[in-house]
Amino acid sequence: MTGDLFFSGVRLLDPASGRDEPGALLVRDGRIADLGPALAAPEGAARVEGGGAVLCPGLVDLRAALGEPGFEYRETIASAAAAAAAGGITTLAALPDTRPAIDDPALVRHLLQRGAETGSLDILPYGALTRGCRGEEMAEIGLLREAGAVAFGDGARAIGPARLMARALAYAAGFGAMVVQHPEDPSLAEGGAATAGELATRLGLPAIPAAAEAILVARDLRLARLAGGHVHFAHVSTAEALALIRAAKADGVAVSCDTAPPYFDLNETAIGDFRTYAKLSPPLRCESDREAVAAALADGTIDAVASDHQPRDADDKRLPFAEAAPGGAGLATLLAVTLARVHDGTLSLCAAIGLLTARPAALLGIAAGRLGPGAPADLCLFDPERAWRIDADTLPGKARNTPFDGRAVEGRVLGTWKAGRRVFG
Amino acid sequence: MNAVPPGPAARFPFRHLLGIEGLHPPQIEALLDLAESYALLNRSGKTQRDLLRGRTLINLFFEDSTRTRMSFELAGKRLGADVLSMAVATSSVNKGETLLDTAATLNAMNCDLLVVRHAASGAPALLAQKVDAAVINAGDGTHEHPTQALLDALTIRRHKGRLAGLTVAICGDIAHSRVARSNIHLLIAMGSRVHLVGPPTLMPAAVDRLGAHVFHDMAQGLAGADIVMMLRLQRERTARGLVPSAREYFRFWGLDAARLALARPDALVMHPGPMNRGVEIDSQVADDPARSLIREQVEMGVAVRMAVLDVLARAPRGRRAKPAA
Repeated sequence: MTGDLFFSGVRLLDPASGRDEPGALLVRDGRIADLGPALAAPEGAARVEGGGAVLCPGLVDLRAALGEPGFEYRETIASAAAAAAAGGITTLAALPDTRPAIDDPALVRHLLQRGAETGSLDILPYGALTRGCRGEEMAEIGLLREAGAVAFGDGARAIGPARLMARALAYAAGFGAMVVQHPEDPSLAEGGAATAGELATRLGLPAIPAAAEAILVARDLRLARLAGGHVHFAHVSTAEALALIRAAKADGVAVSCDTAPPYFDLNETAIGDFRTYAKLSPPLRCESDREAVAAALADGTIDAVASDHQPRDADDKRLPFAEAAPGGAGLATLLAVTLARVHDGTLSLCAAIGLLTARPAALLGIAAGRLGPGAPADLCLFDPERAWRIDADTLPGKARNTPFDGRAVEGRVLGTWKAGRRVFG
Repeated sequence: MNAVPPGPAARFPFRHLLGIEGLHPPQIEALLDLAESYALLNRSGKTQRDLLRGRTLINLFFEDSTRTRMSFELAGKRLGADVLSMAVATSSVNKGETLLDTAATLNAMNCDLLVVRHAASGAPALLAQKVDAAVINAGDGTHEHPTQALLDALTIRRHKGRLAGLTVAICGDIAHSRVARSNIHLLIAMGSRVHLVGPPTLMPAAVDRLGAHVFHDMAQGLAGADIVMMLRLQRERTARGLVPSAREYFRFWGLDAARLALARPDALVMHPGPMNRGVEIDSQVADDPARSLIREQVEMGVAVRMAVLDVLARAPRGRRAKPAA
């Protein structure tokens, strides 16, 4: 039997209940047994002295690509799990555009099993919305859902045809599943490597107008009204798209969205002299869009901050900019970069952690992401003030391609626990 | 004491020439002055056969360009360098591996000067991080073509006596033109007024932020122009639906004698070549010795490239030298 584990001297932070107070937390048999300000340690319990650090639910990453199956040279599930643990992440929704794509119930079950084998990370597979994520015919959404797929989409690829999107929204709604869109009009985005504007013009890079995002968001919001169903927009990055989503939420449309740290912490100047680590999809935007993303985090329009982890290896990135693969590594830096918006006053600490725990958990319909008696003891202990420097060469995990290389941040994960077992720190 | 006046190399303190953007006017002038002296030397038939003796110049062309490659070859040979030209097939499956593998090969060969032409913007900058040689960008994607802008500036300066205060109309496919970008940077740095003229579909976003003035109508764009610089319209632009047809393009943005009359009476015509006669330029204008500088541009190309090779060969070598321009 597992011995008791007692966290003392911690700041208990549970956005789901609004709890934010000094206290202690007791873990028994892999679950939270009790927590509160006046909790006493039981006899013989192993102790973790927090020294005032924050103890919050293990982070729930709404969106990350794993290298498996098919791209093990970029990332394996083991290396992703190590990076996730270092980032305080204990639950992760894995994108379906692997090779093969997650379009078969056996592959969903396989990923669930592989996650369980890590012992540190629950992997919740997205199901492919279309067979092979090719954007043509619908995948077996019902069977995939039954096997455990949490939501449906085509990963980094936009669902292009309006008719396909309308059908998918209607059909997935029948299984209570949301459809996740990569909101970028495919014909406007085709071949593009940077956001259209002065910088792309100076660098001579093929450009994507920022409006490509709002154009697809506007269409899909209208399709959601037509067909019913829940549409979720991934890594939203522009003021215009966020304004549409804000208005649609006010109108009662079943819509949600997430963003990722690069879109509220960096702007297009990060691609500077053809820095391919900062080549992302969607591309980094202008400063006023970055500010709009931060504002939408604060006003609740954005429902979650996801790592948007896209592991790439040197051969994917050491190429001329337009030929390099887009995507950034994001697992180990998710918390620290999100905390930058706490330190600059945009978000309260509770709101920031909510975007990383309870709110993505609610979107996925899972019980994780909260501190309460009986909940699994998935925990993250972090010091919100401790400074460190993000360094691509020493990043945990296999992928080196962080767009934040060299950035100084405040907020360091001290320890991560999965079902009461320490998996990091 | 040895009171040596600062030479051109001291006034151009960079290890590579990757672009015009970021160069200061005195640095541009130093290159143009040196190129001018090489132009005179070339015309006199004298050559400096020993300046680059024992140095290796490699032309690495990932994209076909007979005239630029020949111009660099001639420039290198006139200065006494050992010149090799490599045409690298771009059809191989993994271009990136080819690029970095090539860099490793070049380091092993102790190449001193590397001239790079590549279809992707930023490829010479990437190579410059990996090779020991001085890298000269001979055209990268739609980014920059610095020696073309320098030879254009030299040609203009020889005929108009200055660059400051002139109005230069650059006409045609600005969006896909590295020549246009390098010229915009250089001419604006030197005090010229730059008009960009072309259909909206061939105009890059926010290009006015570079300091140029944008026109979609030739009559407006050519008004007051001292120089009319025509750009090549590549056939694939019509295929990709950016302009409906070559004949429609010529009707609205082509240069013939009647349209040239909209510019200043002493306006001169330039083209980086190769020309599409009857698409962007009429032969009557292109071949008019009183108005066309197109042949002289080719001549100045060799002189400018000699000047660039000269200053970069004199620059300090090794990885700890100054960063690239």
